[in-house]
Amino acid sequence: MSGGIAVELRGATKVFGEVTALNAVSLQIRDGEFFSLLGPSGCGKTTSLRLIAGFELPTEGEVLIGGQPMGATPAHQRPVNTVFQNYALFPHMTVFENVAFGLEMRHVPKSEIGKHVSDALDMVRLPGLEKRRPKQLSGGQQQRVALARALVNRPKVLLLDEPLGALDLKLRKAMQLELKSLQDRVGITFIYVTHDQEEALTMSDRIAVMNYGLVLQVGTPHEIYERPASRFVADFIGETNLIAGEVASVTAEAIEVKLPGGERIKASLIPRAAVGQAVTLAVRPERVRLEPDPSVGGFNRLEAEVFEVVFNGATTSILLRLPDGQVLIVRQPTVGTMRTAPPEKGQRVRLGWPVEASSLFMEKVEAQAVPV
Amino acid sequence: MGGSENRSRRGPLLVLPAAAYLVVFFVLPLVLVLVISFVERGRAGGVRTPLVPTIAYYIRLFDPLYIGIFLNSVRIALLVTGVCVLTGYPLGVFIGRAPVRLRGSLMMLVMIPFWTNFLVRTYAMKQLLAAEGGVNGLLLGIGLIQEPLSLIFNEFSVVLGLVYGYLPFAVLPMYASIEKFDLNLMEAASDLGANLRRAFLRIMLPLTLPGVVAAVVLVFVPVVGAFITPDIMGGGKVEMIGTLINRQFGVARNWPFGSAMSLTLMLMVVVGVLYYFRTSDEGARPL
Repeated sequence: MSGGIAVELRGATKVFGEVTALNAVSLQIRDGEFFSLLGPSGCGKTTSLRLIAGFELPTEGEVLIGGQPMGATPAHQRPVNTVFQNYALFPHMTVFENVAFGLEMRHVPKSEIGKHVSDALDMVRLPGLEKRRPKQLSGGQQQRVALARALVNRPKVLLLDEPLGALDLKLRKAMQLELKSLQDRVGITFIYVTHDQEEALTMSDRIAVMNYGLVLQVGTPHEIYERPASRFVADFIGETNLIAGEVASVTAEAIEVKLPGGERIKASLIPRAAVGQAVTLAVRPERVRLEPDPSVGGFNRLEAEVFEVVFNGATTSILLRLPDGQVLIVRQPTVGTMRTAPPEKGQRVRLGWPVEASSLFMEKVEAQAVPV
Repeated sequence: MGGSENRSRRGPLLVLPAAAYLVVFFVLPLVLVLVISFVERGRAGGVRTPLVPTIAYYIRLFDPLYIGIFLNSVRIALLVTGVCVLTGYPLGVFIGRAPVRLRGSLMMLVMIPFWTNFLVRTYAMKQLLAAEGGVNGLLLGIGLIQEPLSLIFNEFSVVLGLVYGYLPFAVLPMYASIEKFDLNLMEAASDLGANLRRAFLRIMLPLTLPGVVAAVVLVFVPVVGAFITPDIMGGGKVEMIGTLINRQFGVARNWPFGSAMSLTLMLMVVVGVLYYFRTSDEGARPL
C-alpha cells in the first residue's frame, strides 16, 4: 500500500461555459498522505475535489483512483467519500441513520451496521447522540457526524471540502489537530480543500497551491513556506514583504538587486536573470532583524523609518518605510530576542536579513496595500 | 392590575368580527344544509313547509346506483390526482432547479392559464377535442387518421380537463418544497453509494413529502366534487358526485337529497384527509 499513488489527476481540465475552472492539472497524491489543495476562491481547488468525487467529469484529461482510470464512473461507485463544506447531513434522519446510510447502500448486513456506526462515532468522539437529529447538534458536533458518516465506509480516500470553515476560530484550531491525529490513526488518504493557508500548513504532509485553475507549486509546508516558487505563492502563504527592484549585476553565486532608492541587496541566483530586469524580492517578516550585529557577514542591510508599531500579543510588528517609499514589515517576538525596547514612530533604524532568506521572482510587484 | 383585567375583558370582544364572519359564512350555511337534508322536499324545489323530518334521503344514498357514482368519482379523482402529482413533481423540479432569475417567470407561465376564466378554458379545451376541433383537424390534415377520433364526452376528456384545470394546485406546493430542498443532499447520498433512484426515494422524496401531501389534498378535494368540468367535457355521459349534486339543485329540484349528498361527501373528504395527513406525517418522519 504505502508508496503507491492514491489519486492522480492527468491533465485534468474542466470548462464551465466560458470559464476554465481547471486548466490541465496534473497531480499525484500518495497513499496515506494528508494532502491539501490550497488557494483563493475560484482557484479550482473545489473543482478538483469534485472531479475526484465524481460529481463532475473532466472536460479533458483523466482522474485515477488507486491506479484505476475513473472515466465516467458515477460518484456512487467510487471508492471515496466526502465531508461537505456545509456537512450536508440528512435532516430527516437521526445521527445513527445518517452514519448508517453508506453501509446500508453498500448492503452491509443489518447485524453489523450497529457496531460499525458506534465505532465510527467513538472514533470522532461523539458517542451517545445516536438518536439525535442534526438540527439538535452544535456545529462542531454536526461536523463530527459528517466525518463519521464518511469514515464509516472505510474509503480509500477521504475528500474534505473546507470542513472547518463554519466553525469558530478556537474550535477550528482544536479540530485541525484532531483531524490530523485522526488521519494518522485511520491511515486513510485525506485530500483537504482550504483557502486558509495556516490550516494547510498546520495539517498537511504536502500542499498544492492553486490559482486560476493551475497548480503553482506542490511541496511540503516547509518547502512552500521557505522556498515559494512564485510571487503569488510567497504572497499567499503566510505574511511576506515584497520589494520591487531591478537586477544590477549577476555574479557566479548571487544576484545584486538595485532598489529604486539606490540601495543594493543580494539574493540567491535565479535562472534567466538579466541586468536591468525588473524583479520582486520576497522576505518573511520574521527573518528581518532590527539593528543586526554589524560584524555578521552574508546580510542584506538597509535603513528605514518606523511609521507604525503593532502589538500582536506573542509578536510585535514594526512597519517600516524605505527611503524610496516601499513598505516593509518586521515581526519579532514581543519578549526575548528584542535587545532593546521596541522602536518608536518616526525613529530611523537599521535592518537586515540573511541573503539566503530572500527569494527573487522575475515579476514586477503591483501597488502594495499597506498591511497592518 | 386594573389594566390587565381590562384587557382580558376586552379579549373576547376582539374575536367578535372573526367569529361573526365564521358564523355568517360558514356555520349558518352548514346548519342550513344539514337541516334541509333531514326534511322532506318541496314540489318545486326548496323544502316542504311546515317541515317534515325524514332520513329517507340518506337511506337513498345507499342505492347501488349512487354508490357506483360515488366510487366512480373517487376513482376519477384519484386518477386525476395521480396524473397531476406525477407530472407536477418533475415540473416542480425543473422550475426549482432553473436559475433563480428564471424561476419567477416559469412559475408565472404555470399560473397565467389559471387566471383565465375556468369556464372559458374548459370550453376552449372542449373545442380543441371536438370531432371538428383542432386536434382532430391536425391529425386528419397530416393524414395520420382517416376518421375523426372521439376525444370528447368520455372519461378521457373529463380526466384531461380536470388535470388541465388543477395541475397548478399540484405544482405550487410541490415547487415550494422542492425549491427549499438542498440539492447538496443528493450529492451526499450519491457520495455514500446511493444511485439516483435510491437517493430520490430515501432523501429527496421524504424531504419534499409535505409538498406532495399538500398537492394531493389540494387536487383531490376539489376534483372529487367537481361538476363544471365533468359536465362540459363529459357531455352528461360521465357522472360524478358533483354533477349529481348539481342536478339535484337544478333539474331534479330535490334540495334535501342534494344536501344529504353534499354533507356525506364532505364528511368522507374530511375523514379521508385527516387520516391521510396522519399517515403521511408518520411517513415523513421515520422511526
